[in-house]
This record gives sequence, C-alpha cells and structure tokens, in this order.
Amino acid sequence: MTEVAPANGDDEHAFVTLMLADQLCGVPVLCVRDVLADQTIARIPLAPPEVAGNLNLRGRIVTAIDLRERLRLDKRPAGAPAMSIVTEQGSELYALLVDQVSEVLTLRRSKMEANPPTLPAIWAENSVGIYRLEQGLMVVLSVDRLLQLDLAAAA
Amino acid sequence: MDDLIAEFLTETNESLAAADLALVKLERTPDDAATLSLIFRLVHTIKGTCGFLGLPRLERVAHAAENVLGKLRDGELVATSAVISPVLAALDRIKLIVSGLGATGAEPPGDDSACIAALERAADGDTSVSPPDPEAAAEPEHADAPPADAPVAVAEAVASQTIRVNVEVLEELMTLVGELVLTRNQLLQISRAEGTSAFTAPLQRLSHITSDLQEGVMKTRMQPIGNAWNKLPRLVRDLAHETGKKIQLDMLGQDTELDRQVLELMRDPLTHMVRNSADHGLETPDVRRATGKPETGNITLNAFHEGGHIIIEIADDGYGLNVVKIREKVLSKGLATDAELAAMSEAEVKNFIFRAGFSTAASVTAISGRGVGMDVVRSNIERIGGTVELVSTLGQGTTFTIKIPLTLAIVSALIVRACGERFAIPQINVLELVRVGREGATANGMAIERIGSTPVLRLREQLLPLVTLGDLLRLERTDREPVSATVVVTAVGSGTLGIVVDDVYDTEEIVVKPVAPILRHVTMFSGNTILGDGSVIMILDPNGVARSAGVSASRIKRDLNEHPLSTARSDDGTSLLLFRGGASEAPCAVPLSLVARLEDIERTKIERSGGGFVTQYRGKLMPLIAMGDAAPVTPENESTQPVLVFSDGNRSMGLMVDTIVDVVHDRLNIQLASSRPGFLGTAVVAGQAAEVLDTSYWLTQAWRDWFGGGQSAQNRCKRLLVVEDSDFFRQLLVPALSAEGFEVTAAGSAAEALRLRDAGLMIDVIVSDIEMPDMDGLAFARCVREGGGAWASLPMIALTGRASPADEARGREAGFTDYCYKFEREMLMQSLKHCLSEQVLM
Repeated sequence: MTEVAPANGDDEHAFVTLMLADQLCGVPVLCVRDVLADQTIARIPLAPPEVAGNLNLRGRIVTAIDLRERLRLDKRPAGAPAMSIVTEQGSELYALLVDQVSEVLTLRRSKMEANPPTLPAIWAENSVGIYRLEQGLMVVLSVDRLLQLDLAAAA
Repeated sequence: MDDLIAEFLTETNESLAAADLALVKLERTPDDAATLSLIFRLVHTIKGTCGFLGLPRLERVAHAAENVLGKLRDGELVATSAVISPVLAALDRIKLIVSGLGATGAEPPGDDSACIAALERAADGDTSVSPPDPEAAAEPEHADAPPADAPVAVAEAVASQTIRVNVEVLEELMTLVGELVLTRNQLLQISRAEGTSAFTAPLQRLSHITSDLQEGVMKTRMQPIGNAWNKLPRLVRDLAHETGKKIQLDMLGQDTELDRQVLELMRDPLTHMVRNSADHGLETPDVRRATGKPETGNITLNAFHEGGHIIIEIADDGYGLNVVKIREKVLSKGLATDAELAAMSEAEVKNFIFRAGFSTAASVTAISGRGVGMDVVRSNIERIGGTVELVSTLGQGTTFTIKIPLTLAIVSALIVRACGERFAIPQINVLELVRVGREGATANGMAIERIGSTPVLRLREQLLPLVTLGDLLRLERTDREPVSATVVVTAVGSGTLGIVVDDVYDTEEIVVKPVAPILRHVTMFSGNTILGDGSVIMILDPNGVARSAGVSASRIKRDLNEHPLSTARSDDGTSLLLFRGGASEAPCAVPLSLVARLEDIERTKIERSGGGFVTQYRGKLMPLIAMGDAAPVTPENESTQPVLVFSDGNRSMGLMVDTIVDVVHDRLNIQLASSRPGFLGTAVVAGQAAEVLDTSYWLTQAWRDWFGGGQSAQNRCKRLLVVEDSDFFRQLLVPALSAEGFEVTAAGSAAEALRLRDAGLMIDVIVSDIEMPDMDGLAFARCVREGGGAWASLPMIALTGRASPADEARGREAGFTDYCYKFEREMLMQSLKHCLSEQVLM
C-alpha cells in the first residue's frame, strides 16, 4: 500500500483528517476505500480488545479496529457514534473506528516534521510524522502499522 | 462407449489440433525449441495413452512420429518440409483412426505400414522419396473415407460433450452463487416478516432456482477422488522397488466425488500417508514370511460418502503401531513424562504419531522418517474441517480413517443464541438438540447437573460433558437468564460434547467466509458469515470449542452405554467418577458405569434405622452406607448429602460421600494394592493418585447377601484365575468373584497367565476372555490343555460378548469347559458351580 502518495505534483499529498479523543490525525487518502457513518458492529468474542467486531459492508465482512483501543486512548463514551475509515490490506477489508472524519487536506511533503522524540511509544510506533496546521498538530498515522496487531500479546 | 476412450478422444482431438498448428509454425521457424518440445510432448502423450488403452494401430503410428520428432528435438534432423510432411501425414492418419474410434469404440482396420515407413525413412534422414509416400499411404485410407465421414461427426459430438473451463471461472461462479444465496436468504427473511404478499410465490420459485443453481455449480466443482490418487500407483511401485518390499495397492471408490478445493488440499496428506504406509507400515517380504503373512503387503485406499462427509480409509496389513516403541520415543523426545504416559490409554499413546517432531522409524530413510509428516497431515485435514483417526493392531496393520466435508463454501448451519449474541454451528457437527432446565429447574424432566464444578447432562443413561457457550466465550449476560436452555449435542472427534446455548433459532444455508488474519488465533471459530438479516455472525468450530474447553476429543467416548462391549474391548479406558469421602486424602475413583445414579439427598430425609442409615428412595427404603468413620449425618453446613447410588435388580444402596469431584476418562490401572477394606488399590487417574473403590465391599455392607450370599461358604478357598485384557472387566469381575468367596488371581493377558502357570501358581478354575490381543482365549486354552502340568485338566470357562453356537463349538474344541456371556453374572456363577462340582465328582 502506498503510505504517502502524491496528489498534486511530486510534493503534495492528500490526507483524510480525523479526530481521536480530541487529537487531530491524518491518514493518506489513497489508503482510504470508504468512509462510513455509525455502523452496526457485531462484536467478536475472545478477540483482542482492539478488534471492535465485524461489520457488513455491501456483503463483505469487514473487521473493525477501534483506534482508541489501538492507541491506548480512553474508551469512547457510551452512545457516542463512531465513524469508520475502510482500508484494504492483503485483500482483507478493515474498518478503522474513529470519533469523527473531518476533511481532505492537501499538504506539502516537505512540511512534514519528524516525530518529537518524547512522543509516547504507542504513538511513535504508529505515526510517520507531524504537520503543524492552523487548527493544531496533525499526527500522520501509518495504516500498515496500525493493522499490525501484536498477536502474541492478544492471544 | 468406454468412459476412458471418450475422455481420450476429447483430449486427443485437442492435442491433434494443437500439434497441427505447432507443426506448421515449426516448419516456418525450424529452430523454435519450445514449439518442438510442445509437439513432441503432445505426440508422446497420445502414444502413451494409446499404449495404456490398448490401441496398437494408433500407438504404432504415434511411435514412429515420435521417433522423428525426438530426432528433431535432439538436433539430429532439421525441420525441413521433407521431415515435417510425413509427421503431418502421421497426424492425419491418427485423426482418421481417432474418428473411427469415436464412431465404433474400436480402432478401424487399416494398414499404416507405408505411413510408418515414410516416418522411419525421415527419421533415418533419408528424405529423398518421403514426400510422395505419405500421400500414397494416405490414398488407400482415403478410399475408406466415405464410411468414415459420418463417424467424424459423431466424434465431434463426443468432443463437444465436455468443455474445459478455467477453474477461476468456476470459483467466480461459486462466489456469485454464494452471494445469491445470501441475498435469497435476506429476501426470504423480509418475506416472512411481511406475511403473505404478491411476492411470496415468485420468491419461493427464486428460492428453489437458487438452490438448484447452487447444487449445479457445486457439481461443476466436483471431481472424483481418483484424480488425487492417480500418482499413487507409481509412487508405491517406486517405493516398493527402493525398499525391496512387495506391495499391492488397491484403490476403491475412486469415483467418489468431492469439491475441487477439498481435493487439492487432500492431495498432499494422502500422498504422505500412503508413502508412510509403504515405508513404515509394511514389512519386507522376509519379515512377512517369518510372521506367516503373504509376502506381498497390501495398502488399501477406500473412499465413500457418509452423511454429508467423505470418508477415506488408508489401511495397511503391516506391523501395526508398536505402543512400546512409541512410549520410548515419546520419552526420549521429551514429549511427555513417564507419569503422563502411564496415565494414557494405548489409543492416546498411538495418537502421538500425530505430534510434531515424532517419527517411529529408527532410521531416517530417503522416503520418510524425518519427523515432519503426520502432524502436518493432521493439521491439513483439520484445517478443512476434517478429522483423522487411527486404529492399529500390533502385527495386523494400521487403518487411518479421514473424515472430511464435501465442500467448504456453503454449509447448512444451526443458528443459536448465547447471552444475546448469535452464532452458527455447522449442521454436520450437530447430532441432536435437547431442551433442558437451567440448573435446579427441569424442562421435560431433563436438567443440567454438576459434578464438582463440571456441568453434565444425563442423556439416555449416558453422561454428556457440557460446556456453556456464554461462559466459554466470556460473554457478559445482558439479558435476563432464561429459565430453560438448549443443549446442542455435537460430534467432536470420536466423541460427543454438549454445548449449552440459550436458544436455537433456525437452520440456514450460510456462506463460510474466512476470519480476518488477525483473528486466526481464536480457534473456536471456523469462519464468519452474513445472515439473511444482514448481520455478521461467527461460525463455531465444535472441535475448537472442545479444545478450548480443555476436553480433548479423544477423551470423550461416544455412546458409552450403548456399546458397552466395544468400550470394554477397546483399550481407551473407562469413565471414572472421582469423589472424596472417608478418611482418605486422595480422591476415590469408581467406574462410572457401576454407578446407577448420583443423588443429592436432603439431610432431613436421612433416617436412622437399626444400626445404620436409610432414606426413602423411589418409594422404597434404601440403606445408606457412610464411607469412613465420620458420622454421616452432619447437617450443620450443608443441607444435602451427595450419594452414589448402586442398583442391582430392584435393590439399591447409597454410598454417602463428601464431595463429587469430576468424571474423567482414563485407564483404570491399579498399581498399588490396598490393605484397607473397601478399596481395591491405588491407581493414577487423570494424573493424580486415586483410591479405587471396591464396590463389592460396600454393597455387602448394605446387603449382606448382595451377591447371592449364602453360596459364599461353599466356594471358600476355591482358587480362580481371571484372564482378561480389559482393565474394566477385570475390575468388574474380580470383586464380584471375590465376593462369592473365590480367591481370585487376575492376569491381563494370556502370556501373563502362562507365566503364572510356569511360576507354579495353583488354582482350581480358569475364567478367560476370548478376544484378547496377541494370544486370544482360544489359543490360550489350547496352550493350557496341551502344555501339561497342573493346569491341563482344570475347568476353563470362556467369557465372551459373542456366544453363537459356532463360537461355542470353537471354544469347546479349543478346550474350554463352558461358555458364558460377559454380562451374565448369574450364568457365570452357575457355570462355575457346575464346573467345580463336576470336578469334585471326578
């Protein structure tokens, strides 16, 4: 999967921005197959905590990963709707549950800054860099890394 | 027409067309090695098949053409038209013969010598006269052409009856049908909710057509299992050659069809197992001769349908598995400890061959013995939802039985609910559904009971181990606990397991979709699916459920009481009830089959009568015997008293115990004799020491004449030898016979009994089983009769499960005095009395 792909010329990249517990994050737009509103998610017993369950996307079964759980954030308040970003990895579909999907931004690659060394490990593992935007700092998430659940720990 | 010929025609017509094109291409580009080898291969295949089918005329022509092509390929000839022409002519000739074959099913008569001569000349490099020859040769044949014209049409008809379809197209079709089934289910669900409407009838029709279509597409994916076997004869031949063995491979049921996908996945495991049988399973001719077997060893493959499954058996008549060797190997490899092994039944030990890193062959041969194999075989089979079992008798061979589903894509499943969540259980695993009350409550007289903390269900005199799905999946109960539950009785390995669910909805055809890779470690699910209402649910794998519940499938014995004979005959051990009672620190064990019932009797209902305790039980007074010295009625903390009820005829007695611990399936192998009254000795049960209850002691405590009393005196000091390989029956017989006043010695095998004889054991009568491994009862009797010594004239009573007049005659011929059924204690007692009194008279 192309993590960061040019949108407009070599230096410009498009990101889908999203909110996770008041933190602005972004994922490369080319990783995103679908954006879904709140869905019925069937939970899977015995699954790792990050796996929120399964959802039915037009006849295909999509495994939902709760990014709040994945990034060890506080649980989403009960009843609060979640939106999903659907992404594909190795012909399997995954839905990344986030609080809110906001907009698509086109940003210059050269403006991306490296993670500050003090970033908590769980964020550092899943982030490829930071953008300073007017509305705040945007953490660029790596979808590939987000989907690498530590199976040994989960089992 | 012969199927083989029809297939050959289809294939040959295709090959010929391809060869024609390729030859023409070759003429233009004589150096094209790829084209040349393609033609060579095509012609070679035709030749080979002809030889196999017994078509000499075609074979000769094809052979001559192949020679020329071979030389072309090796560069000895150049592909000039002078060389190619006779080959083309030969292909024409082949076509002509093939069309004749298509018409009549046999080769048309004709003379091909000119054609062959032309090819031979071409092969020799003599091209001067070859061009005209093929024509000349074809001429007389063309004279025959008119009658051959019609056959050509027929042949084409044959050819067009089958078409080759890319497998991907079929896979795509299958996926689409799967989606169609889902959509149909969705529509049906809506229709059911809506009630009768104008859509109902067309929807019904759509539903039927969908089912038919599904069946049709499934059929296109079906292939005979023979396709996976076709390389085996060669493999076995080569193996036989390499190892110097004589091996006969029989393949039965080659036409049994199964899904292509399943077939592909089975190919390697099957090949491996056959290879194993040939390499490890069978002996060399010398060894076979020495053991009185025919020199040629047999490997038999058998495939057949059985209830939505394919059963494949791979049997050899070789060594059989040597339990002793396996035990040694297990120890040396550190796969289990001595104590663990001691607690295992033979069948469990044999199953070690399926463990990773295990190989019984002492030396690694080129063929097998590397210790990778059977574990891979088993995991491959289990991956497609199949099971593999083995039965092996030392010296007689080994039979593997593989059970696999017909198809993987669409299965019929039972939709169940547990704690508000729905799950699918594949219908093929479901044996029956039983509605029961939750613990305490009963529904239709069925209730879940607990032994210790283990829930069980008494189902037709059988104790069924239960797992509660909600607990197992760690589901939180969000809804109110229902008053009744349903037990889904599932077939797990060779046993049964009850899965307790809250509710059962319906069966539905579901399309199995694999679970996401990140969930593969949850082995309780075999996949997931989308239901008619669009919701996603998980498909349970009962084998995985059993594993997760810590119940090894092989430890659950099916139909314990329905086939007591086979249970006793097998060396799988018996179900043992573990409980605590008396002053003993170790738990006590008793064969479950001896216990009629487990009861919790309210303490207030226990009365003192005479010197003992009684309770009213089923309208009668039942004596209660306390284990140990402690006063049995101690109603302080608990209000009920657990009681093991033993029954015989219309008499019952209750044994008051402290707690019931568990039911385990194990071999009852008493290792330390007990000096305490009431106990037979100590055995290792489920890895811990347990004292084995001497039921006869406790029974006589309650009813002094339980075993027919009175007679005891007259049997006093009669010494009796029991020869019985089944621990279970030995444990059953010994106390019963002791209670009759006999002094009983038990032997686990005929060999052991003979050793006792040679050691000078003095006895009065022998009671022997007939069916025993190594030396059976008949051989034993002959040995005793012919061996002379003190035993030669002793009365011998045969115990058997089969007592037909013919069996009895054989028994008497071998030297048995009398013949008894295993379960007829009265009959045995009568017989003993008879034999012994006769002896006194003599």
